Amino acid sequence: MAGEKVALKHGAGGRAMRALIEDVFLALASPVDGIGLSALDDGAALRVGDRWLVVTTDSHVVHPIFFPGGDIGRLSVSGTVNDLAMMGATEPLGLTCAVILEEGFPRADLERIRDSMLEASREAGAPIVTGDTKVMGRGEVDGVVLNTTGVALADRVVTDAGLRPGDRIIVTGTIGDHGMAVMTRRHQLGLEGDLRSDVAPLNGLVRAALRAGGEGVVAMKDPTRGGLASVLHEMAGKAKVGVVLREPDVPVNPEVRAACEVLGIDPLVVANEGKAVIGVRPEAADGVLAALRAHPLGRRAAVVGTAVAERPGQVILDTGMGRRLLAEPDGEPLPRIC
Amino acid sequence: MASAPEELKFRDPQKARELTDALAREVELVGHSPVSVMHVCGSHEQAIARFGLRAAFPRGLDVIMGPGCPVCVTDTPEVDEAVALAAQGARVCTYGDMLRLPGTSRSLADAQAEGGKVEVVYSVSQAVDLARQRPAEQVVFFASGFETTAVATAAVILAGVPENFSVLSSHKYVPAAMDVVSEMKETNIEGFVAAGHAATITGYGIFEPFAKRTGTPVVVAGFEPLDVLAAVLELVRLIRLGRPEVVNCYPRCVTREGNRPAQEKLWRVFDVVGGNWRGIAQVPRGNLELKPEWNRVNARHRFRIDTAAVGGASRNVLADQCICGSIMSGLAKPDQCALFGKECRPETPVGACMVSSEGACKIWHVYGGHPDLQEVA
Repeated sequence: MAGEKVALKHGAGGRAMRALIEDVFLALASPVDGIGLSALDDGAALRVGDRWLVVTTDSHVVHPIFFPGGDIGRLSVSGTVNDLAMMGATEPLGLTCAVILEEGFPRADLERIRDSMLEASREAGAPIVTGDTKVMGRGEVDGVVLNTTGVALADRVVTDAGLRPGDRIIVTGTIGDHGMAVMTRRHQLGLEGDLRSDVAPLNGLVRAALRAGGEGVVAMKDPTRGGLASVLHEMAGKAKVGVVLREPDVPVNPEVRAACEVLGIDPLVVANEGKAVIGVRPEAADGVLAALRAHPLGRRAAVVGTAVAERPGQVILDTGMGRRLLAEPDGEPLPRIC
Repeated sequence: MASAPEELKFRDPQKARELTDALAREVELVGHSPVSVMHVCGSHEQAIARFGLRAAFPRGLDVIMGPGCPVCVTDTPEVDEAVALAAQGARVCTYGDMLRLPGTSRSLADAQAEGGKVEVVYSVSQAVDLARQRPAEQVVFFASGFETTAVATAAVILAGVPENFSVLSSHKYVPAAMDVVSEMKETNIEGFVAAGHAATITGYGIFEPFAKRTGTPVVVAGFEPLDVLAAVLELVRLIRLGRPEVVNCYPRCVTREGNRPAQEKLWRVFDVVGGNWRGIAQVPRGNLELKPEWNRVNARHRFRIDTAAVGGASRNVLADQCICGSIMSGLAKPDQCALFGKECRPETPVGACMVSSEGACKIWHVYGGHPDLQEVA
């Protein structure tokens, strides 16, 4: 629309962001042999011989850049490794790293970010293989922006569109930890307690799930911006199924639950950086769950929902006391007091 | 595992099932359908919508939200007064929900965008602090809310406020909400769920004359899902027995007498007066206005408020289709409005009920927009 401007909600991972991408960027899509832009998945998968080259890219901006449990460096490596893993590509060949810095950015902070990147890349077994550095004038960019691109080969690609009625939905652990840790620090709400981001590379965990579940693993996505609610809407919409989510079964740390309650925020819409949502065929559910729980990052994995034929594209929340539709997140969740 | 946090005791699914089963039996026994009950509080609607309780209620029970959102019933001319004060140069402080409430032609958010000094505050004390920090300005607190927040306004006034601080009261009085509905011929409400937080101030005794006069039972309820279920069950039981009594189902907070010191503060500062409630009617005892002896802090007396300058005849076509009035009177449900979730959304509200977090339309929208999920196994 003429005169319309980009708003913050267009980057928040919900309805508005999807609309912007569809309206503006989908025009760039062209047919490819494999999964391209038009699938709007976590990354692309291009056929190379009898295997798949999986490619994904992600830019990282976070305030504050250092937060309880991690920082922008760990986030930038984990985010891209996780996007690859969600496509079924758990052995990254390498990552690129492009950094844009604001004039005056402290060198010590930059070195601290580098150390975090190194640590995360070792955890993931994902070497950083090339990079680019730009410096912009004061005020032209806010502190630091990091972009990473990842490439990996996979024998089988898992999309986020593979659910069919009867499939089970697994989350690999507690939800809301990253978003609440960052939010309470950003808004200086004095609620920090034990709130810590869960940011971590998940390729090892996903590898374990794929080994256990094989072809029975049919959909994967990481619940970053927009949280579990957004991911389930996307999976339901793309597969044209409904999803029944059982709220009492969703693992949430007590600190996160308490902070959410105080701030009037639903943990289901809060961002995660170290969790995956995995759709599995019913017969594969037990095996995948056991494999996840045997991994250090998946100890609190749980089956939280089921795909159904009714209400395609919608998420039905069973609260344990009744049920309702879950609204698709739209825009950044904000504390009630801001 | 550690024992469950206090609030989880009131969210126990097993207990909820027992209550809904008992409720189904009780509704059956009443012998007609539907049994219609009304609550008059946005926080009750939030509990019902958030926990999906409507899908658990028996088919023969209709739990309706009445005029329980003080922001929603704040009338257009009251918003016009605040917008006019901002246009006249005053710094207008108010709660966040009031910002986008439509006036005749402009909201306070519009006034702010046009350069007016409009400030969102989280408490009346914050507005007083602003007045102290800016002695050269006139700071007006556009006060909204029921008795619960009116007590805070009263306490601050009694404690002494700076010369440049005044109050534009849009406070509403809870018992009036039930009066207005019970007098409507179109509604057929058989019992009321009264708001627990307002009753902590006023005491539940305040509802006794109403129950007696109208022959309608009243149950005071808290805000956790089990509070609501237990209160609705008790209310249906009273309806079945034909007993127009007041029962306190929130005894952990509410007493018959209420909070006497708070009441004393409230009535030293405020009088109950008649006023128009948006979309509903002239409500004889609907508003709380500052007593004449507080005229010096009453913005309506301090200033000549020129609402003509901010009014104007900019009717919009969408607003004509808005059925907020019927929704607040309990005659229609949010999803019966043609605009609901389409033209009218929280980011682009057409009616007052989509503006406030206590409004029925906003609450329904936030919690999925559709209460009936019977077809999903």
